[in-house]
Amino acid sequence: MPITGLAEIPLKIGVVALQGDYAAHAEALRSSDTEIVSVRETAELVDLDGLVIPGGESTALLKLLTRENMFEAVREFAAAKPVFGTCAGCIILAKEVLPPPQQSLAVLDIIIQRNAYGRQIESRVAMGDCAFSGGGLEMVFIRAPRIVRAGSRVEILARYGGFPTLVRQGNILAATFHPELSADRRIHRFFCAMIRGGQPCLSPGVQMGNLGRRHNETHER
Amino acid sequence: MSDMPTNPAETSPLRLKTGLAEMLKGGVIMDVTTAEQAKIAEKAGAVAVMALERVPAQIRAEGGVARMASPKKIKEIMVAVSIPVMAKCRIGHFAEAQVLQALGVDFIDESEVLTPADEMHHINKHAFASPFVCGARNLGEALRRIAEGASMIRTKGEAGTGDVVHAVRHVRQIAKDIRALTVLHEDELYTAAKELGAPYELVRLVADTGRLPVPNFAAGGIATPADAALVRHLGAEAVFVGSGIFMMDSQNFADPGEAQSRAEAIVQATTHYDNPQILAEISESCLGAIRGLAASTLEEGALLQTRGW
Repeated sequence: MPITGLAEIPLKIGVVALQGDYAAHAEALRSSDTEIVSVRETAELVDLDGLVIPGGESTALLKLLTRENMFEAVREFAAAKPVFGTCAGCIILAKEVLPPPQQSLAVLDIIIQRNAYGRQIESRVAMGDCAFSGGGLEMVFIRAPRIVRAGSRVEILARYGGFPTLVRQGNILAATFHPELSADRRIHRFFCAMIRGGQPCLSPGVQMGNLGRRHNETHER
Repeated sequence: MSDMPTNPAETSPLRLKTGLAEMLKGGVIMDVTTAEQAKIAEKAGAVAVMALERVPAQIRAEGGVARMASPKKIKEIMVAVSIPVMAKCRIGHFAEAQVLQALGVDFIDESEVLTPADEMHHINKHAFASPFVCGARNLGEALRRIAEGASMIRTKGEAGTGDVVHAVRHVRQIAKDIRALTVLHEDELYTAAKELGAPYELVRLVADTGRLPVPNFAAGGIATPADAALVRHLGAEAVFVGSGIFMMDSQNFADPGEAQSRAEAIVQATTHYDNPQILAEISESCLGAIRGLAASTLEEGALLQTRGW
């Protein structure tokens, strides 16, 4: 249960700002009770309450994470504190990456396939089902990966096309799409709530495991 | 559908196009002419590659008509790497652009580096599902390209020279033009639009937000880690490097090991542009730089940046 008395202390949230749409995440998280820090060096991880790994190119992000052992430092951070990855960030958190195999932090028990929907011409904005109150969720997929297998400890919070698109395992939250590019802030608020230690705003009565491909899915191309 | 939140359909195509440009921010896009070069670029941390028949330095040295790269070459490069692949078409050559879209390239550069195909008209880029990047030297030119549907703007600089001076001029000019708009009275924006030669609605948007409505990258003559850092300081959100990585001079390719060290160094410098200590380390590890051609020695007719209208 969140301790209400702490609600006024700003959360210090880091956004990995090596490459990608880190500015969009910072914008999405900015509020009266958050302090956003751009993280480009290992020392900047100290005293953060949570960390976002943004969208971008996962191969470039991996290369940039090798400086100063930042890769190891982020893995240690993810063992202790909430981390939210979107698209490339989700790939970096995954246990296994296909194809070709690629290094990853392996802190989220999923197998993920890069560029699974094809090239940019296949990118799309879609509406899918989610476990949050307030109805369907807009999902911006850009050269998106696909979660092809999720372990038993992984909660599925949203789906599109029959595949999980937003998942949580303990303190790790990951999306294959880009909530930072939509106006809907429910996922970023959910991540803030994870940091505060609660789990609000899931709709009562939604069985996440039952979210099916047949419900209310549309997409725009 | 009735219980789903509605979402204005018209915004989604542009959002997807600029969305890919957002993902490239803070990164380096490298010109490559072979699958091997593309692999070196990807391994070094490039966020995308530009598939070309010849890099700008070669085009400048060899002359002739510069056209879209052959589909065979583009496909080889697309197969070789998992990062986005861009390709250039000639200004106004919408048939070349259609070919590139059919090949599935991720971004199309309607580029002054190739020989223009139309002396009056740029491509109507709204007619394409593929996103476009276009060059600009000032705000008016940038907004004309955005009005035509470009979802990323890059400075023109002077491609193939290894001389950063014109990229600096253009990135500074665009920033200065934007700042000038933000202090104008509402009544003055109509005349500003006329003087910029750009649509009023876009001029108004820039005046209100103080920024371009699409990502703003730098290109043209960037050759060293410090060059990349300089244009990032001046406001460029990412960097294109053309001839500066794989060329030793305008005719000869650099040694692959040397090219890789430059590619890695420029990637790191683009990220850590505002940390001089890290830049010093990076610059030390970077082997050589393209010999280059001082842009001030070029005659007016030899400039590529004056192509486009």
